[in-house]
Amino acid sequence: MPDLHGAPGRRDGMQILRVSELTANIKALVETGFGIIWVEGEVSNLRCPASGHLYFTLKDESSQIRAVMFRQNAAAAGFRIEDGHVLVCRGHLTVYTPRGDCQLIVEAVEPRGIGALQIAFEQLKSRLAAEGLFDEDHKRPLPLMPSKVGVITSSTGAAVRDILTVMKRRFPACSVLVAPVRVQGNEAAAEICEALSLLNTRDDIDVIIIARGGGSLEDLQPFNDESLARAVHGSKIPVVSAVGHEIDFTITDFVADLRAPTPSAAAELVVPDRRELADFVKTTLSRIAFLHRSCCRELHRRVATSRERLGDPRGKINDLRIYLDDRTYRLSTGVRRVIDNGRVKTVSSAGSCRRLSPLNAVREYRKTVDYLRSKVILHGGYLRGRVRARVERATAVLETMSSASVLARGYSITRRLPDEALITGAEELEAGNDVSVELGRGAFHAKVIQIIQGVSHGGRKI
Amino acid sequence: MADVKFEEALQRLEEIVRKMESGDMALDESLKAFEEGMELSRLCMKKLDEAERTVERLLKEGDDIVTAPFVTEKDYE
Repeated sequence: MPDLHGAPGRRDGMQILRVSELTANIKALVETGFGIIWVEGEVSNLRCPASGHLYFTLKDESSQIRAVMFRQNAAAAGFRIEDGHVLVCRGHLTVYTPRGDCQLIVEAVEPRGIGALQIAFEQLKSRLAAEGLFDEDHKRPLPLMPSKVGVITSSTGAAVRDILTVMKRRFPACSVLVAPVRVQGNEAAAEICEALSLLNTRDDIDVIIIARGGGSLEDLQPFNDESLARAVHGSKIPVVSAVGHEIDFTITDFVADLRAPTPSAAAELVVPDRRELADFVKTTLSRIAFLHRSCCRELHRRVATSRERLGDPRGKINDLRIYLDDRTYRLSTGVRRVIDNGRVKTVSSAGSCRRLSPLNAVREYRKTVDYLRSKVILHGGYLRGRVRARVERATAVLETMSSASVLARGYSITRRLPDEALITGAEELEAGNDVSVELGRGAFHAKVIQIIQGVSHGGRKI
Repeated sequence: MADVKFEEALQRLEEIVRKMESGDMALDESLKAFEEGMELSRLCMKKLDEAERTVERLLKEGDDIVTAPFVTEKDYE
Protein backbone atom coordinates (compact mmCIF):
# COMPACT_ATOMS: atom_id res chain seq x y z
CA MET A 1 0.00 0.00 0.00
CA PRO A 2 1.67 3.21 -1.01
CA ASP A 3 2.90 5.26 1.80
CA LEU A 4 0.35 7.67 2.78
CA HIS A 5 3.00 10.33 2.78
CA GLY A 6 4.72 9.08 -0.43
CA ALA A 7 5.81 11.60 -2.88
CA PRO A 8 5.28 14.83 -1.16
CA GLY A 9 1.68 15.87 -1.60
CA ARG A 10 0.69 13.92 -4.66
CA ARG A 11 -1.28 10.72 -5.40
CA ASP A 12 -2.76 9.54 -8.58
CA GLY A 13 -1.27 12.64 -10.03
CA MET A 14 -3.36 14.82 -7.80
CA GLN A 15 -2.41 17.17 -5.02
CA ILE A 16 -3.34 15.81 -1.58
CA LEU A 17 -5.58 18.34 -0.02
CA ARG A 18 -5.76 19.18 3.55
CA VAL A 19 -9.26 19.18 4.98
CA SER A 20 -9.33 22.98 5.26
CA GLU A 21 -8.18 23.29 1.71
CA LEU A 22 -10.93 20.89 0.62
CA THR A 23 -13.65 22.78 2.48
CA ALA A 24 -12.27 26.07 1.14
CA ASN A 25 -12.55 24.69 -2.35
CA ILE A 26 -16.07 23.43 -1.75
CA LYS A 27 -16.96 26.83 -0.35
CA ALA A 28 -15.60 28.59 -3.38
CA LEU A 29 -17.27 26.17 -5.69
CA VAL A 30 -20.62 26.49 -3.96
CA GLU A 31 -20.57 30.22 -3.65
CA THR A 32 -19.71 30.79 -7.28
CA GLY A 33 -21.77 27.93 -8.53
CA PHE A 34 -25.18 29.09 -7.24
CA GLY A 35 -25.31 32.80 -6.83
CA ILE A 36 -28.66 34.16 -5.58
CA ILE A 37 -31.18 31.36 -5.11
CA TRP A 38 -34.88 31.10 -3.93
CA VAL A 39 -35.64 28.08 -1.83
CA GLU A 40 -38.80 27.05 0.04
CA GLY A 41 -38.90 25.06 3.24
CA GLU A 42 -40.35 24.83 6.71
CA VAL A 43 -38.55 26.46 9.60
CA SER A 44 -37.48 24.27 12.50
CA ASN A 45 -34.94 24.30 15.34
CA LEU A 46 -35.08 28.09 15.30
CA ARG A 47 -32.43 29.61 17.61
CA CYS A 48 -31.98 33.31 18.28
CA PRO A 49 -28.88 34.04 20.36
CA ALA A 50 -28.25 37.42 21.94
CA SER A 51 -26.59 38.59 18.74
CA GLY A 52 -30.09 38.74 17.25
CA HIS A 53 -29.09 36.65 14.23
CA LEU A 54 -31.50 33.78 13.48
CA TYR A 55 -30.15 30.19 13.10
CA PHE A 56 -32.67 27.63 11.87
CA THR A 57 -33.07 24.65 9.63
CA LEU A 58 -35.08 24.73 6.45
CA LYS A 59 -36.58 21.39 5.70
CA ASP A 60 -39.03 19.53 3.60
CA GLU A 61 -40.33 15.98 3.84
CA SER A 62 -36.97 14.36 2.97
CA SER A 63 -34.07 16.70 3.58
CA GLN A 64 -32.94 19.81 5.36
CA ILE A 65 -30.33 22.52 5.14
CA ARG A 66 -28.97 24.86 7.76
CA ALA A 67 -29.84 28.56 7.38
CA VAL A 68 -28.73 31.81 8.91
CA MET A 69 -30.57 35.16 8.76
CA PHE A 70 -28.67 38.15 10.04
CA ARG A 71 -30.44 40.51 12.43
CA GLN A 72 -31.12 43.41 10.07
CA ASN A 73 -32.54 41.08 7.42
CA ALA A 74 -34.73 39.39 10.03
CA ALA A 75 -36.04 42.77 11.20
CA ALA A 76 -36.94 43.71 7.64
CA ALA A 77 -39.03 40.57 7.26
CA GLY A 78 -42.09 42.41 8.58
CA PHE A 79 -43.00 39.60 10.91
CA ARG A 80 -41.30 37.41 13.50
CA ILE A 81 -40.17 34.10 12.07
CA GLU A 82 -41.26 31.11 14.09
CA ASP A 83 -40.88 27.35 13.93
CA GLY A 84 -43.41 25.82 11.58
CA HIS A 85 -43.50 28.79 9.23
CA VAL A 86 -43.26 27.71 5.61
CA LEU A 87 -41.00 30.31 4.01
CA VAL A 88 -39.80 31.17 0.56
CA CYS A 89 -36.23 32.39 1.15
CA ARG A 90 -34.02 34.40 -1.07
CA GLY A 91 -30.29 34.08 -0.31
CA HIS A 92 -27.03 32.51 -1.30
CA LEU A 93 -25.17 29.36 -0.32
CA THR A 94 -21.98 29.22 1.62
CA VAL A 95 -19.95 26.68 3.59
CA TYR A 96 -19.17 27.06 7.22
CA THR A 97 -15.57 25.85 6.89
CA PRO A 98 -14.91 24.89 10.52
CA ARG A 99 -17.57 22.22 10.16
CA GLY A 100 -17.77 21.98 6.45
CA ASP A 101 -21.49 22.60 6.68
CA CYS A 102 -23.28 23.94 3.68
CA GLN A 103 -25.39 26.91 4.80
CA LEU A 104 -27.97 29.16 3.25
CA ILE A 105 -27.52 32.84 4.05
CA VAL A 106 -31.09 34.11 3.95
CA GLU A 107 -31.57 37.75 2.95
CA ALA A 108 -35.35 37.95 2.54
CA VAL A 109 -38.29 35.75 3.30
CA GLU A 110 -41.86 35.51 2.22
CA PRO A 111 -44.25 33.36 4.15
CA ARG A 112 -45.83 30.71 1.96
CA GLY A 113 -49.66 30.54 2.20
CA ILE A 114 -50.87 33.60 4.24
CA GLY A 115 -48.74 36.68 3.64
CA ALA A 116 -46.34 38.50 5.90
CA LEU A 117 -48.88 41.18 6.70
CA GLN A 118 -51.36 38.63 7.82
CA ILE A 119 -48.87 36.92 10.07
CA ALA A 120 -47.76 40.23 11.49
CA PHE A 121 -51.41 41.10 12.08
CA GLU A 122 -52.08 37.83 13.90
CA GLN A 123 -48.98 38.18 16.01
CA LEU A 124 -49.71 41.76 17.03
CA LYS A 125 -53.33 40.88 17.70
CA SER A 126 -52.46 38.01 20.03
CA ARG A 127 -49.80 40.05 21.77
CA LEU A 128 -52.13 43.00 22.41
CA ALA A 129 -54.92 40.67 23.43
CA ALA A 130 -52.61 39.06 25.95
CA GLU A 131 -51.82 42.55 27.24
CA GLY A 132 -55.51 43.12 27.80
CA LEU A 133 -55.98 45.93 25.30
CA PHE A 134 -59.10 44.25 23.92
CA ASP A 135 -60.74 43.51 27.32
CA GLU A 136 -64.48 44.04 27.26
CA ASP A 137 -64.65 45.65 30.71
CA HIS A 138 -62.26 48.35 29.53
CA LYS A 139 -64.63 49.33 26.75
CA ARG A 140 -66.68 52.40 27.64
CA PRO A 141 -70.41 52.77 26.85
CA LEU A 142 -71.27 55.46 24.31
CA PRO A 143 -73.18 58.53 25.54
CA LEU A 144 -76.88 58.28 24.70
CA MET A 145 -77.03 61.78 23.21
CA PRO A 146 -73.64 63.33 22.32
CA SER A 147 -73.59 67.08 21.67
CA LYS A 148 -70.39 66.97 19.60
CA VAL A 149 -68.76 64.05 17.73
CA GLY A 150 -65.11 63.99 16.63
CA VAL A 151 -64.51 62.28 13.27
CA ILE A 152 -60.97 61.24 12.31
CA THR A 153 -60.95 60.45 8.62
CA SER A 154 -59.93 61.78 5.22
CA SER A 155 -61.75 65.05 4.57
CA THR A 156 -62.20 64.14 0.93
CA GLY A 157 -63.35 60.56 1.26
CA ALA A 158 -66.88 59.20 1.10
CA ALA A 159 -66.71 58.15 4.75
CA VAL A 160 -67.05 61.66 6.16
CA ARG A 161 -69.92 62.48 3.79
CA ASP A 162 -71.81 59.33 4.76
CA ILE A 163 -71.33 60.08 8.44
CA LEU A 164 -72.52 63.70 8.10
CA THR A 165 -75.61 62.73 6.12
CA VAL A 166 -76.66 59.97 8.50
CA MET A 167 -76.10 62.16 11.53
CA LYS A 168 -78.08 65.04 10.02
CA ARG A 169 -81.00 62.69 9.32
CA ARG A 170 -81.00 61.01 12.69
CA PHE A 171 -80.11 63.83 15.02
CA PRO A 172 -79.68 67.30 13.49
CA ALA A 173 -78.74 68.94 16.79
CA CYS A 174 -75.45 67.02 17.14
CA SER A 175 -72.34 68.97 16.06
CA VAL A 176 -69.34 67.43 14.29
CA LEU A 177 -65.63 68.22 14.41
CA VAL A 178 -63.64 66.57 11.61
CA ALA A 179 -59.94 65.89 12.11
CA PRO A 180 -58.68 65.42 8.54
CA VAL A 181 -55.96 62.75 8.27
CA ARG A 182 -54.34 60.52 5.69
CA VAL A 183 -55.97 57.10 5.85
CA GLN A 184 -53.35 55.27 3.77
CA GLY A 185 -49.57 54.98 3.61
CA ASN A 186 -46.91 55.08 6.24
CA GLU A 187 -47.66 58.46 7.82
CA ALA A 188 -51.37 57.66 8.22
CA ALA A 189 -51.06 55.92 11.59
CA ALA A 190 -49.03 58.75 13.09
CA GLU A 191 -51.49 61.37 11.80
CA ILE A 192 -54.42 59.45 13.29
CA CYS A 193 -52.61 59.20 16.61
CA GLU A 194 -51.99 62.93 16.58
CA ALA A 195 -55.64 63.64 15.74
CA LEU A 196 -56.71 61.36 18.60
CA SER A 197 -54.56 63.16 21.14
CA LEU A 198 -55.72 66.53 19.79
CA LEU A 199 -59.36 65.63 20.26
CA ASN A 200 -58.58 64.29 23.72
CA THR A 201 -57.24 67.66 24.78
CA ARG A 202 -60.65 69.24 24.07
CA ASP A 203 -63.54 68.90 26.52
CA ASP A 204 -66.44 69.31 24.09
CA ILE A 205 -66.06 65.97 22.28
CA ASP A 206 -68.36 63.22 23.61
CA VAL A 207 -67.36 60.42 21.24
CA ILE A 208 -64.81 59.88 18.40
CA ILE A 209 -65.30 57.97 15.16
CA ILE A 210 -62.21 56.70 13.27
CA ALA A 211 -63.44 55.97 9.76
CA ARG A 212 -62.09 54.75 6.46
CA GLY A 213 -63.74 53.30 3.40
CA GLY A 214 -62.96 49.83 2.11
CA GLY A 215 -59.46 48.85 0.88
CA SER A 216 -56.96 46.04 0.50
CA LEU A 217 -55.07 44.57 3.42
CA GLU A 218 -52.15 46.88 2.53
CA ASP A 219 -54.47 49.89 2.38
CA LEU A 220 -55.75 49.13 5.87
CA GLN A 221 -52.27 48.59 7.31
CA PRO A 222 -52.18 51.94 9.17
CA PHE A 223 -55.09 50.67 11.24
CA ASN A 224 -53.04 47.65 12.30
CA ASP A 225 -50.40 49.94 13.75
CA GLU A 226 -49.45 49.15 17.32
CA SER A 227 -48.95 52.76 18.46
CA LEU A 228 -52.36 53.65 17.02
CA ALA A 229 -53.83 50.72 18.93
CA ARG A 230 -52.31 52.02 22.16
CA ALA A 231 -53.48 55.56 21.40
CA VAL A 232 -57.05 54.35 20.88
CA HIS A 233 -56.88 52.32 24.08
CA GLY A 234 -55.59 55.32 26.00
CA SER A 235 -58.19 57.78 24.68
CA LYS A 236 -60.40 59.09 27.50
CA ILE A 237 -63.14 59.76 24.96
CA PRO A 238 -64.94 56.61 23.74
CA VAL A 239 -63.76 55.58 20.23
CA VAL A 240 -65.89 53.95 17.53
CA SER A 241 -63.93 52.36 14.68
CA ALA A 242 -65.40 52.05 11.19
CA VAL A 243 -62.56 50.86 8.99
CA GLY A 244 -62.78 49.02 5.70
CA HIS A 245 -65.54 46.72 4.58
CA GLU A 246 -67.79 44.86 6.91
CA ILE A 247 -65.65 41.71 6.71
CA ASP A 248 -62.32 43.51 7.34
CA PHE A 249 -61.15 43.53 10.92
CA THR A 250 -58.18 45.71 11.91
CA ILE A 251 -56.41 45.96 15.23
CA THR A 252 -58.11 49.34 15.70
CA ASP A 253 -61.47 47.55 15.49
CA PHE A 254 -60.47 45.22 18.31
CA VAL A 255 -59.16 47.92 20.62
CA ALA A 256 -61.91 50.51 19.97
CA ASP A 257 -64.79 50.85 22.44
CA LEU A 258 -67.18 49.86 19.67
CA ARG A 259 -66.65 48.51 16.17
CA ALA A 260 -69.05 49.59 13.41
CA PRO A 261 -69.08 47.67 10.13
CA THR A 262 -69.26 50.87 8.01
CA PRO A 263 -68.94 54.64 8.53
CA SER A 264 -72.73 55.10 8.12
CA ALA A 265 -73.33 52.36 10.70
CA ALA A 266 -70.94 54.18 13.03
CA ALA A 267 -73.03 57.36 12.69
CA GLU A 268 -76.19 55.36 13.44
CA LEU A 269 -74.60 53.86 16.57
CA VAL A 270 -73.27 57.17 17.81
CA VAL A 271 -76.37 59.40 17.57
CA PRO A 272 -79.87 58.43 18.64
CA ASP A 273 -82.81 58.80 16.29
CA ARG A 274 -84.55 62.04 17.18
CA ARG A 275 -88.00 60.77 16.24
CA GLU A 276 -87.57 57.58 18.25
CA LEU A 277 -86.55 59.52 21.35
CA ALA A 278 -89.38 61.99 20.89
CA ASP A 279 -91.90 59.16 20.61
CA PHE A 280 -90.39 57.46 23.64
CA VAL A 281 -90.70 60.65 25.70
CA LYS A 282 -94.28 61.17 24.58
CA THR A 283 -95.37 57.61 25.38
CA THR A 284 -93.68 57.75 28.77
CA LEU A 285 -95.47 61.00 29.55
CA SER A 286 -98.87 59.64 28.50
CA ARG A 287 -98.16 56.60 30.63
CA ILE A 288 -97.53 58.87 33.62
CA ALA A 289 -100.70 60.86 32.87
CA PHE A 290 -102.71 57.64 32.66
CA LEU A 291 -101.29 56.40 35.95
CA HIS A 292 -102.06 59.71 37.60
CA ARG A 293 -105.64 59.69 36.34
CA SER A 294 -106.22 56.15 37.50
CA CYS A 295 -104.74 57.06 40.87
CA CYS A 296 -107.21 59.96 41.13
CA ARG A 297 -110.11 57.71 40.05
CA GLU A 298 -109.11 55.14 42.61
CA LEU A 299 -108.95 57.69 45.41
CA HIS A 300 -112.20 59.24 44.20
CA ARG A 301 -113.88 55.87 44.41
CA ARG A 302 -112.56 55.33 47.92
CA VAL A 303 -113.88 58.76 48.99
CA ALA A 304 -117.30 57.98 47.53
CA THR A 305 -117.59 54.63 49.30
CA SER A 306 -116.49 56.07 52.62
CA ARG A 307 -119.04 58.88 52.24
CA GLU A 308 -121.82 56.36 51.72
CA ARG A 309 -120.83 54.56 54.84
CA LEU A 310 -120.77 57.86 56.67
CA GLY A 311 -124.35 58.80 55.64
CA ASP A 312 -125.47 62.10 54.35
CA PRO A 313 -124.46 64.92 56.70
CA ARG A 314 -127.49 66.93 55.62
CA GLY A 315 -129.68 64.22 57.18
CA LYS A 316 -127.92 64.80 60.43
CA ILE A 317 -128.60 68.48 60.25
CA ASN A 318 -132.34 67.92 59.80
CA ASP A 319 -132.40 65.64 62.83
CA LEU A 320 -130.76 68.39 64.77
CA ARG A 321 -133.29 70.93 63.54
CA ILE A 322 -136.20 68.81 64.71
CA TYR A 323 -134.53 68.23 68.01
CA LEU A 324 -134.01 71.98 68.35
CA ASP A 325 -137.68 72.77 67.64
CA ASP A 326 -138.82 70.17 70.08
CA ARG A 327 -136.56 71.62 72.73
CA THR A 328 -137.76 75.16 72.03
CA TYR A 329 -141.40 74.14 72.22
CA ARG A 330 -140.94 72.37 75.52
CA LEU A 331 -138.98 75.31 76.73
CA SER A 332 -141.76 77.79 75.94
CA THR A 333 -144.43 75.64 77.65
CA GLY A 334 -142.08 75.29 80.60
CA VAL A 335 -141.64 79.08 80.68
CA ARG A 336 -145.39 79.62 80.58
CA ARG A 337 -145.80 77.19 83.44
CA VAL A 338 -143.10 78.97 85.42
CA ILE A 339 -144.80 82.29 84.81
CA ASP A 340 -148.19 80.94 85.92
CA ASN A 341 -146.66 79.36 89.04
CA GLY A 342 -144.90 82.59 89.70
CA ARG A 343 -148.14 84.53 89.39
CA VAL A 344 -150.04 82.07 91.62
CA LYS A 345 -147.26 82.15 94.19
CA THR A 346 -147.18 85.91 94.27
CA VAL A 347 -150.96 86.09 94.79
CA SER A 348 -150.97 83.48 97.59
CA SER A 349 -147.89 84.86 99.31
CA ALA A 350 -149.36 88.39 99.13
CA GLY A 351 -152.48 87.08 100.85
CA SER A 352 -150.65 85.17 103.61
CA CYS A 353 -148.34 88.08 104.02
CA ARG A 354 -151.22 90.37 104.78
CA ARG A 355 -152.67 87.89 107.19
CA LEU A 356 -149.62 87.08 109.24
CA SER A 357 -147.48 90.13 109.86
CA PRO A 358 -148.02 92.95 107.71
CA LEU A 359 -144.64 94.65 107.65
CA ASN A 360 -141.73 92.18 107.83
CA ALA A 361 -143.89 89.43 106.45
CA VAL A 362 -144.55 91.68 103.50
CA ARG A 363 -140.90 92.49 103.16
CA GLU A 364 -140.10 88.81 103.45
CA TYR A 365 -142.59 87.82 100.92
CA ARG A 366 -141.67 90.69 98.68
CA LYS A 367 -138.15 89.31 98.71
CA THR A 368 -139.33 85.86 97.68
CA VAL A 369 -141.58 87.46 95.15
CA ASP A 370 -138.73 89.52 93.83
CA TYR A 371 -136.62 86.42 93.72
CA LEU A 372 -139.27 84.54 91.90
CA ARG A 373 -139.90 87.45 89.64
CA SER A 374 -136.22 87.83 88.91
CA LYS A 375 -136.12 84.11 88.26
CA VAL A 376 -139.10 84.43 86.09
CA ILE A 377 -137.75 87.51 84.43
CA LEU A 378 -134.40 85.90 84.19
CA HIS A 379 -135.98 82.91 82.61
CA GLY A 380 -138.46 84.87 80.75
CA GLY A 381 -136.04 87.58 79.84
CA TYR A 382 -133.45 85.20 78.73
CA LEU A 383 -135.61 82.64 77.13
CA ARG A 384 -138.60 84.69 76.35
CA GLY A 385 -136.52 87.24 74.67
CA ARG A 386 -135.20 84.60 72.40
CA VAL A 387 -138.14 82.35 72.23
CA ARG A 388 -141.12 84.67 72.69
CA ALA A 389 -140.35 86.61 69.62
CA ARG A 390 -140.45 83.37 67.74
CA VAL A 391 -143.47 82.05 69.52
CA GLU A 392 -145.41 85.32 69.22
CA ARG A 393 -144.50 85.67 65.64
CA ALA A 394 -145.67 82.17 65.04
CA THR A 395 -148.93 82.62 67.02
CA ALA A 396 -149.58 86.07 65.48
CA VAL A 397 -149.13 84.54 62.09
CA LEU A 398 -151.43 81.74 63.10
CA GLU A 399 -154.01 84.15 64.49
CA THR A 400 -154.12 86.39 61.51
CA MET A 401 -154.39 83.43 59.32
CA SER A 402 -157.03 81.63 61.31
CA SER A 403 -159.07 84.64 62.36
CA ALA A 404 -159.21 86.01 58.85
CA SER A 405 -160.47 82.76 57.42
CA VAL A 406 -162.78 82.12 60.39
CA LEU A 407 -164.33 85.56 60.15
CA ALA A 408 -164.78 85.03 56.50
CA ARG A 409 -166.78 81.95 57.41
CA GLY A 410 -169.27 84.00 59.45
CA TYR A 411 -167.61 84.04 62.88
CA SER A 412 -167.10 87.32 64.72
CA ILE A 413 -164.72 88.58 67.44
CA THR A 414 -166.42 90.28 70.35
CA ARG A 415 -164.50 92.61 72.65
CA ARG A 416 -165.82 94.31 75.78
CA LEU A 417 -165.59 98.11 75.91
CA PRO A 418 -163.89 100.12 77.06
CA ASP A 419 -161.16 97.68 78.13
CA GLU A 420 -161.18 95.81 74.78
CA ALA A 421 -161.00 92.46 76.58
CA LEU A 422 -161.54 89.58 74.17
CA ILE A 423 -164.76 87.79 75.11
CA THR A 424 -164.74 84.06 74.73
CA GLY A 425 -167.56 83.17 77.05
CA ALA A 426 -170.94 84.79 77.78
CA GLU A 427 -170.25 84.68 81.50
CA GLU A 428 -167.60 87.37 81.01
CA LEU A 429 -170.35 89.92 80.18
CA GLU A 430 -173.32 91.43 81.97
CA ALA A 431 -176.42 93.06 80.60
CA GLY A 432 -175.77 96.73 79.72
CA ASN A 433 -172.11 96.14 78.74
CA ASP A 434 -170.94 97.88 75.60
CA VAL A 435 -169.21 95.55 73.15
CA SER A 436 -167.49 95.89 69.76
CA VAL A 437 -168.02 93.10 67.27
CA GLU A 438 -165.55 92.50 64.43
CA LEU A 439 -166.85 90.65 61.36
CA GLY A 440 -165.21 89.24 58.30
CA ARG A 441 -165.87 92.61 56.72
CA GLY A 442 -166.06 95.62 59.03
CA ALA A 443 -167.26 95.80 62.69
CA PHE A 444 -169.95 97.34 64.88
CA HIS A 445 -170.66 98.40 68.46
CA ALA A 446 -173.56 96.91 70.48
CA LYS A 447 -175.03 96.91 73.97
CA VAL A 448 -175.67 93.61 75.77
CA ILE A 449 -179.35 93.09 76.54
CA GLN A 450 -179.40 89.61 78.03
CA ILE A 451 -176.83 86.90 78.93
CA ILE A 452 -177.82 83.35 77.93
CA GLN A 453 -175.79 80.57 79.50
CA GLY A 454 -174.86 77.15 78.08
CA VAL A 455 -175.79 77.57 74.35
CA SER A 456 -174.22 74.79 72.19
CA HIS A 457 -173.56 74.99 68.46
CA GLY A 458 -175.81 72.13 67.87
CA GLY A 459 -173.17 70.67 65.66
CA ARG A 460 -173.88 73.19 62.81
CA LYS A 461 -170.96 73.51 60.47
CA ILE A 462 -170.07 77.10 59.95
CA MET B 1 -84.10 71.79 36.31
CA ALA B 2 -82.91 73.54 33.13
CA ASP B 3 -79.39 72.23 33.13
CA VAL B 4 -80.45 68.61 33.65
CA LYS B 5 -78.80 66.47 31.02
CA PHE B 6 -81.06 64.68 28.56
CA GLU B 7 -80.07 61.19 29.76
CA GLU B 8 -80.79 62.09 33.36
CA ALA B 9 -84.17 63.55 32.44
CA LEU B 10 -85.04 60.40 30.52
CA GLN B 11 -83.95 58.13 33.38
CA ARG B 12 -85.96 60.21 35.84
CA LEU B 13 -89.03 59.89 33.60
CA GLU B 14 -88.67 56.11 33.54
CA GLU B 15 -88.17 56.07 37.29
CA ILE B 16 -91.37 58.05 37.80
CA VAL B 17 -93.31 55.53 35.72
CA ARG B 18 -91.86 52.63 37.70
CA LYS B 19 -92.71 54.34 41.00
CA MET B 20 -96.27 55.13 39.93
CA GLU B 21 -96.79 51.61 38.66
CA SER B 22 -95.40 50.00 41.79
CA GLY B 23 -97.79 51.13 44.47
CA ASP B 24 -100.76 53.26 45.34
CA MET B 25 -99.31 56.71 45.77
CA ALA B 26 -100.93 59.38 47.88
CA LEU B 27 -102.85 61.82 45.73
CA ASP B 28 -100.47 64.73 46.19
CA GLU B 29 -97.46 62.51 45.58
CA SER B 30 -99.04 61.31 42.35
CA LEU B 31 -99.82 64.87 41.39
CA LYS B 32 -96.27 65.98 42.13
CA ALA B 33 -94.92 63.08 40.08
CA PHE B 34 -97.23 63.96 37.22
CA GLU B 35 -96.12 67.58 37.25
CA GLU B 36 -92.47 66.58 37.35
CA GLY B 37 -93.11 64.25 34.44
CA MET B 38 -94.63 67.08 32.47
CA GLU B 39 -91.67 69.34 33.18
CA LEU B 40 -89.12 66.67 32.29
CA SER B 41 -90.81 65.78 29.03
CA ARG B 42 -91.03 69.43 28.07
CA LEU B 43 -87.30 69.72 28.72
CA CYS B 44 -86.52 66.61 26.69
CA MET B 45 -88.56 67.78 23.74
CA LYS B 46 -86.83 71.12 23.85
CA LYS B 47 -83.43 69.46 23.70
CA LEU B 48 -84.59 67.24 20.85
CA ASP B 49 -85.92 70.16 18.88
CA GLU B 50 -82.71 72.16 19.00
CA ALA B 51 -81.87 72.08 15.32
CA GLU B 52 -78.66 74.00 15.05
CA ARG B 53 -75.45 71.99 14.62
CA THR B 54 -71.98 73.07 13.63
CA VAL B 55 -69.73 71.09 11.31
CA GLU B 56 -66.12 72.16 11.64
CA ARG B 57 -62.66 70.80 10.84
CA LEU B 58 -59.34 71.07 12.65
CA LEU B 59 -56.79 73.18 10.85
CA LYS B 60 -53.09 73.56 11.47
CA GLU B 61 -52.04 77.20 11.34
CA GLY B 62 -48.37 77.50 12.11
CA ASP B 63 -48.00 75.37 15.18
CA ASP B 64 -51.40 75.91 16.72
CA ILE B 65 -54.61 74.15 15.81
CA VAL B 66 -57.80 76.05 14.98
CA THR B 67 -61.26 75.04 13.89
CA ALA B 68 -62.87 76.21 10.68
CA PRO B 69 -66.17 75.42 9.04
CA PHE B 70 -66.09 72.10 7.23
CA VAL B 71 -67.50 72.01 3.71
CA THR B 72 -67.11 68.63 2.05
CA GLU B 73 -66.88 69.72 -1.60
CA LYS B 74 -64.45 72.56 -1.36
CA ASP B 75 -62.12 71.11 1.24
CA TYR B 76 -59.52 69.14 -0.64
CA GLU B 77 -56.17 68.18 0.92
